[in-house]
Amino acid sequence: MTNDGTILSVDGLKTYFHTEDGVVKAVDGISFELKKGETLGIVGESGSGKSVSNLSIMRLIQEPPGEIVDGKIIFDGIDVRALSIDDVRKIRGRRIAMIFQDPMTSLNPFLKISKQLTEVTVLHLGHTKQQAREHAIKMLKLVGISDAEQRIDSYPHEFSGGMRQRVMIAMALSCDPELLIADEPTTALDVTIQAQILELIKDLKARMGTSVILITHDLGVVAGMTDKIIVMYAGKVFEQAPTRELFATPANPYTKGLLKSVPDPAHEQGKELYQIPGLPPDVAHLPPGCPFAPRCSRVEDICHSEFPPFVEINEDHHSLCHFANDVYAESKSEVAK
Amino acid sequence: MLSFIIRRLLIIIPMALLVVTLTWGLVRIAPGNFYSAEKKLPPAVEANIRKKYGLDKPWYTQYGMMMSNIVRGDFGDSLKYQGQSVNEIIRRHLPYSAVIGLLGYLLALAIGLTAGTVAALKQNSGFDYGSMSLAMLGLSVPNFVLGPILVLIFSFWLYLLPPGRWGGFSGIVLPVITLSAIYAAYIARLTRAGMLEVMRSDYIRTARAKGLDEKTVLLRHAIRGGLIPVLSFTGPALAALLAGTVVVEKVFAIPGLGNIFIQAVLNRDEPLILGVVAFLSILIMIFNLIVDIAYGFLDPRIRYE
Ligand SMILES: Nc1ncnc2c1ncn2[C@@H]1O[C@H](COP(=O)(O)OP(=O)(O)OP(=O)(O)O)[C@@H](O)[C@H]1O
Ligand code: SF4
Ligand SMILES: [Mg+2]
Repeated sequence: MTNDGTILSVDGLKTYFHTEDGVVKAVDGISFELKKGETLGIVGESGSGKSVSNLSIMRLIQEPPGEIVDGKIIFDGIDVRALSIDDVRKIRGRRIAMIFQDPMTSLNPFLKISKQLTEVTVLHLGHTKQQAREHAIKMLKLVGISDAEQRIDSYPHEFSGGMRQRVMIAMALSCDPELLIADEPTTALDVTIQAQILELIKDLKARMGTSVILITHDLGVVAGMTDKIIVMYAGKVFEQAPTRELFATPANPYTKGLLKSVPDPAHEQGKELYQIPGLPPDVAHLPPGCPFAPRCSRVEDICHSEFPPFVEINEDHHSLCHFANDVYAESKSEVAK
Repeated sequence: MLSFIIRRLLIIIPMALLVVTLTWGLVRIAPGNFYSAEKKLPPAVEANIRKKYGLDKPWYTQYGMMMSNIVRGDFGDSLKYQGQSVNEIIRRHLPYSAVIGLLGYLLALAIGLTAGTVAALKQNSGFDYGSMSLAMLGLSVPNFVLGPILVLIFSFWLYLLPPGRWGGFSGIVLPVITLSAIYAAYIARLTRAGMLEVMRSDYIRTARAKGLDEKTVLLRHAIRGGLIPVLSFTGPALAALLAGTVVVEKVFAIPGLGNIFIQAVLNRDEPLILGVVAFLSILIMIFNLIVDIAYGFLDPRIRYE
């Protein structure tokens, strides 16, 4: 091992899209680290740059219009940005696998499940057709699909949404990747199915020792699943902390807003769910100062004119806010009560 | 599936009879008739001929007689080409149209699919702009203009190819190109649009995320979805091409079905008109059926019962 158990480190990543409307700074200087076996949650509202960050790691950003402008992506000691596209393909699906949001559209409707599952291991593990098929059946059983032997020859439309997401997971894990990126794996599913899928990911992760990045816009989803969380807004990391600490003592007004909007069955039954007022900004035309300022309940004059600093609360906890320490102190005193 | 095909085949016959009836009605409603075109016949002679063809009977009797023959597949004899049955005339002239049509179709498919796919994969490249401009041109230049231009260039300036008339491979080249141009252009545009749409879809992103190379992504994952919009166009197009294209056959003096049909209309040769119309409508319906069956094979979500 050339590194201290770090499987992925992203440093100062910037991914921009050159559009007619100007440069969309979808991801604008994010950094994080993921240790082997850890689970990282990436949380943020729609358009905050969660998907683009992770597609960048896989080098799946379409160029043009997209472009990774700056930053380091080091996967297991390998500088991903320096690799040839052929070498990137050897990592995709083999060492880093991805599950996408919408299982209805992420599987190819024209190909049998068997084909879509077996092609991965034929490609990466050199399986023969027969081996690949047996392996695929094993994977389907692993993700809880009964009579996998028969159902493997179905087409995606013959499965329900939850079942399709199970197939996606089977596909993603079939080469036993070191890193699994799950991009809102449950957003498109019913609530009960959501819980099952999350449970499955958690269980498989524990069994296979995979590191996981779990993307979601729902803090409730990451609570029981992750070791640490980064909160994104307008292409920037607004807060980053171990999960427990982030929930207990958030140091950023945006995080506090997100936390308030998580449904809490114990306390707020029947109460209308809180929502952060306003809409996420247009990242092609950001005003100077803090991008959250127009919606922030704690905003002061300086927020409109000066970009906030990335304040270190402690070694593992950072917050992008002019008043990070104050917000943190408030959170602490609330906990004490 | 089988019962679907049988049902569709069974519908073809009444549909064709309906088309024939409507055509017959139109021919009858239009002023004039076969005899009005000819040099005026002595009244006695015309009366004789009318009697022979049953034209002296009331229209419903005529219609009934005609239909009972047609149902048995007999369209009678041509009025113009005395003593030749309509069926025989169609059989004699169809091969010319079929050869040119089929070759034109294959050429259009080869050019259209290739150009469309490459243009989509290299979106906004020189090739994309070039081929799509050419396609625009192909769509906007009518073949009665394109045909003569090609003849001018290749026959009268370069002396490379004969300007028309049937006979040998070289005589086919220009008509086939003329015929295929508009279809190639249309197929190229459909293919490009279809492929672009598919290449943006989620499942293509999944395929890339698996580590597949672009060739596999294209040939295994993208091509089917991209071709579906093309498919629905190619069925009726093939029928139209096989049946002969009036203008191209006229320009290149090819004795195909299109030419015969024009003659029949000008001559008011009622049996021949009805025969060709019935034949064409059946052909189009059969090709549409083939397209629908092909859909079923291409897209597993479509099921016919
Ligand atoms: N191909 C593209 N061209 C232009 N802009 C793009 C493109 N892809 C993404 N963007 C922009 O990048 C920004 C970040 O998008 P991203 O998909 O990463 O958001 P997200 O956080 O994943 O949101 P969601 O919860 O909706 O999935 C958005 O403003 C989006 O409009
Ligand atoms: S910098 Fe100002 S506007 Fe931005 S989050 Fe902090 S308090 Fe709110
Ligand atoms: Mg997303």
